[in-house]
Amino acid sequence: MGNSSSMLTQYDIEEVQGHCNHAFSQQEIVSLYQRFCQLDRSSGGFISADEFLSVPEFAVNPLAQRLLRTVDGLNFKEFVAFLSAFSPRATLQQKIEFIFKLYDSGGKGSVSYKDILDVLRDLTGHFISEEQREQVLKQVLEEAGYRKDSSLVFADFVKILGNPGLKMEVEVPVD
Amino acid sequence: MSDPGKLNTSSSELDLDRPNIEDYLPSGTSIHEPHGQLRLRDLLDISPTLTEAAGAIIDDSFTRCFKSNPPEPWNWNVYLFPLWCCGVVVRYGILFPVRVIVLAIGWIIFLSAYIPVHVLLKGHDKLRKKIERYLVELICSFFVASWTGVVKYHGPRPSMRPKQVFVSNHTSMIDFIVLEQMTPFAVIMQKHPGWVGLLQSTILDSLGCIWFNRSEAKDRETVAKKLRDHVQGSDNNPLLIFPEGTCVNNHYTVMFKKGAFELGCTVCPIAVKYNKIFVDAFWNSRKQSFTMHLLQLMTSWAVVCDVWYLEPQTLKPGETAIEFAERVRDIISVRAGLKMVPWDGYLKYSRPSPKHREQKQQSFAETILRRLEEQ
Repeated sequence: MGNSSSMLTQYDIEEVQGHCNHAFSQQEIVSLYQRFCQLDRSSGGFISADEFLSVPEFAVNPLAQRLLRTVDGLNFKEFVAFLSAFSPRATLQQKIEFIFKLYDSGGKGSVSYKDILDVLRDLTGHFISEEQREQVLKQVLEEAGYRKDSSLVFADFVKILGNPGLKMEVEVPVD
Repeated sequence: MSDPGKLNTSSSELDLDRPNIEDYLPSGTSIHEPHGQLRLRDLLDISPTLTEAAGAIIDDSFTRCFKSNPPEPWNWNVYLFPLWCCGVVVRYGILFPVRVIVLAIGWIIFLSAYIPVHVLLKGHDKLRKKIERYLVELICSFFVASWTGVVKYHGPRPSMRPKQVFVSNHTSMIDFIVLEQMTPFAVIMQKHPGWVGLLQSTILDSLGCIWFNRSEAKDRETVAKKLRDHVQGSDNNPLLIFPEGTCVNNHYTVMFKKGAFELGCTVCPIAVKYNKIFVDAFWNSRKQSFTMHLLQLMTSWAVVCDVWYLEPQTLKPGETAIEFAERVRDIISVRAGLKMVPWDGYLKYSRPSPKHREQKQQSFAETILRRLEEQ
């Protein structure tokens, strides 16, 4: 798959499909490729952070910066894999995994109290003080049976978010 | 033209131009409202926000506005392909040279009349202006002829009255030429480099056109003042403003800047719609220079468009300038069959202000604070 070519071969599409575990249909991958090329204005073969932020709807999202850490500089195959968690064909497990990885900023396999606090800060901005954030977090953690210094692993996330499930889907427009 | 790699955060001035964006964005609370008391799950479940982000990555209404939509190629068949080749030969080999000659003749006539008039009639301003206006209309007609422009004008021709401004949707700089053919408007435009800039400083200046520079921060106040002065003057050419502030692809309209709507004048909307079967008239300034754009038009079959002069509107009592602008945008969009999107065209050049993100943050913060209070 050339960086600057704007044509995908059947072989390329199948390779991408395999890489994302068939989360998207071939038509959807073609649409995603068109979108990828549209965003990748410098034709570098990847979408830079600046190019992502030029989409106003993305730039106003509170989690934009956090997402950029993962999605910045991905090539097309990785881009599709990144989005595969949002496919209607993705399993609940994959969706929870996506969220877990977003919280686990250090990639250490567990989410600490500080990690959750960081995401909470992104979501609430300066409209609530740090003490209040900590207070609420401590309360809800205790209620759910966790202590402040306990870290959550993936299994915990599955337990907390698994019931009654997550709604996290986007539709890829197909011509 | 602009450097896509460099975007700066917009100044708060742009905020004042915008109506409430939340009214237009996809409905459904962005951050989920818990039923009953806030629990750990509600804090950890960031799926709505993530869904919005992913949705924006996959498709967003802003980028759609600036997508060039070239006509579908139809030359893929055994007998259609030779036909298409003939078409190319005719367009590039016959039409193009003829058009270049027509345009050259037009310029010769124009310059040989304009320069003497401009120099010799320096003292007789009224007569000079009258002749200059006529000459500019003439050269615009030559331009339109050079693309085999078929323009259908609907509605009453604008009259030269004081205290009125004209607003129109914007697809390309040729909008100005198409409209100028009929009426000697004074337009407010971005100052361009190159030969366009030269034309701007000489000929268009004499029409009373006003220039602005997007990249200069203080520019807005100076321009606002110039607008007000121009509208007050009774002998000035009617003012034409493109409130979108940037070229849009003729399928959508972006938000209108309120500057044109707070001058205390009647606003006469004009809607312009190009027929894409013949050529896509959208000037994508990031992809093409204006010269290339003109050449593309001159090697197409025709430029076909409709121009509607719509009923003049005034500010209703109790209406703000922004509401007035949106109302006029609605009138124009409906007439020309364009979809309205809630984005400021200048987001092409700068990032959205933090205000919108803050609104989302604020609503979620309130949910959390409520939890604290329920103790």
